[in-house]
Amino acid sequence: MRSVLYRRNPQLNKNGELVHLLSIEGLPASILRQVLDTAESFVSVNDREVKKVPLLRGRSVFNLFFENSTRTRTTFEIAAKRLSADVINLDIARSSASKGESLLDTIANLSAMAADIFVVRHGESGAPYLIAKHVAPHVHVINAGDGRHSHPTQGLLDMFTIRHYKKDFANLTVAIVGDVLHSRVARSDIHALTTLGCAEVRVVGPKTLVPADLSQMGVRVCHTLAEGIRDCDVVITLRLQNERMSGALLPSAQEYFMSYGLTRETLQLAKPDAIVMHPGPINRGVEIASSVVDGKQSVILPQVTFGIAVRMAVMSLVAGNDAN
Amino acid sequence: MTVSDPTAHDAEALYRELLRGVAALCGPQSQLVGIATGGAWLAERLHADLKLPRHHGVLSSAMHRDDFAQRGLSAREPTRLGFDVNGAHIIVIDDVLYTGRTIRAVVNELFDFGRPADVKLAVLIERNGRELPIQADFAAAHAQLPSGQSLALRRDSNGLLSFVTQARR
Repeated sequence: MRSVLYRRNPQLNKNGELVHLLSIEGLPASILRQVLDTAESFVSVNDREVKKVPLLRGRSVFNLFFENSTRTRTTFEIAAKRLSADVINLDIARSSASKGESLLDTIANLSAMAADIFVVRHGESGAPYLIAKHVAPHVHVINAGDGRHSHPTQGLLDMFTIRHYKKDFANLTVAIVGDVLHSRVARSDIHALTTLGCAEVRVVGPKTLVPADLSQMGVRVCHTLAEGIRDCDVVITLRLQNERMSGALLPSAQEYFMSYGLTRETLQLAKPDAIVMHPGPINRGVEIASSVVDGKQSVILPQVTFGIAVRMAVMSLVAGNDAN
Repeated sequence: MTVSDPTAHDAEALYRELLRGVAALCGPQSQLVGIATGGAWLAERLHADLKLPRHHGVLSSAMHRDDFAQRGLSAREPTRLGFDVNGAHIIVIDDVLYTGRTIRAVVNELFDFGRPADVKLAVLIERNGRELPIQADFAAAHAQLPSGQSLALRRDSNGLLSFVTQARR
């Protein structure tokens, strides 16, 4: 049965090797560990006089961002350049998509320009899957965030960060605080943490953003911050998206901060050596206090740096594996 | 010495020969750097036996391999040097010198960290089948093997070395 499932997973080839990265869900722990281990060897590229390795020399990486992004797009670009790839950033707002060209026609045209890797961010869940289904066997697709579905490289860089500071997942309690319902980061983190054997994953927030049936994902649902972060090793704070207020899911940003904002006082409920993470961009004073963002338990900026190594690992792994 | 069946040969005896050769190559400023993984085992042991100061370095060929497109990435042990490469006198240690492609890759890797004063190469076994103009400054033994066969060093839990032959991947 397992081999049948493997054949159906569009991210893996018949040898079980990663050819596209579309979602953490469905990937075995061995692949997640391979990405994290490979990323370790790319972290040190920063220490070299020549901060570049030639693995993707002569290959073209197309950054296709149909949604806004600063951090993710920039770190993908830096990662591709450190691997010596040629990077083409498409300004979608000015592209033919705005003139009515379909997504698959855009991809077909870019493939005709000899693209080797597409890095795709799209507002519609599943868009990277659709692209992966239609590209040639030597072309690879990396999901840089699709709708509310998945953000696998963020999930992997979060795992890299946790492993860097905490070494092992087996005895960890990780709390994910905020708008879990609409967050592709939360979904990717939950799948990655449960696959890697994290002892306890908690999701924390109001009932409108953290519905009780999330427990089906193998997590503990908490509706108060105190219950959620007590004695945990890692706190992942999610950005509160402004549109949630207009959607009447929350009364106001201030009230959210009163109940779920991570402050120096509330953080004391967690273990003394707990680390604080955030996928960015941060809304200071909404989901997290400035003193915590800049405090000694914050690893928010190392997350960004590790993101480069993790994206280098993903790109070089998929580029070395053929779909057939 | 020339050996026809290195698996039958005593890798430990060859190591003693390598130790003698590396001692002769070594100057007061020399830095030993082993190629992961077999060369790194040898460098670790040579370092201890020669009572060298500092720590031995480890070089990975993964970032500069020329067969990445065929074989994909195999990043096992990453490069760890722990000294300034600029102006350094480096002795690269490996278990088997075969095509020369790994040496080409690790020399490029070294130069990503700086410009060494000189780089020498010492290996346990130098075999036939070179594909690049690369040679060792010292080899403990020379071997003739069929082209489809590759030779690999093994280390058991007691640290004892032996050779195994396998079909070339």
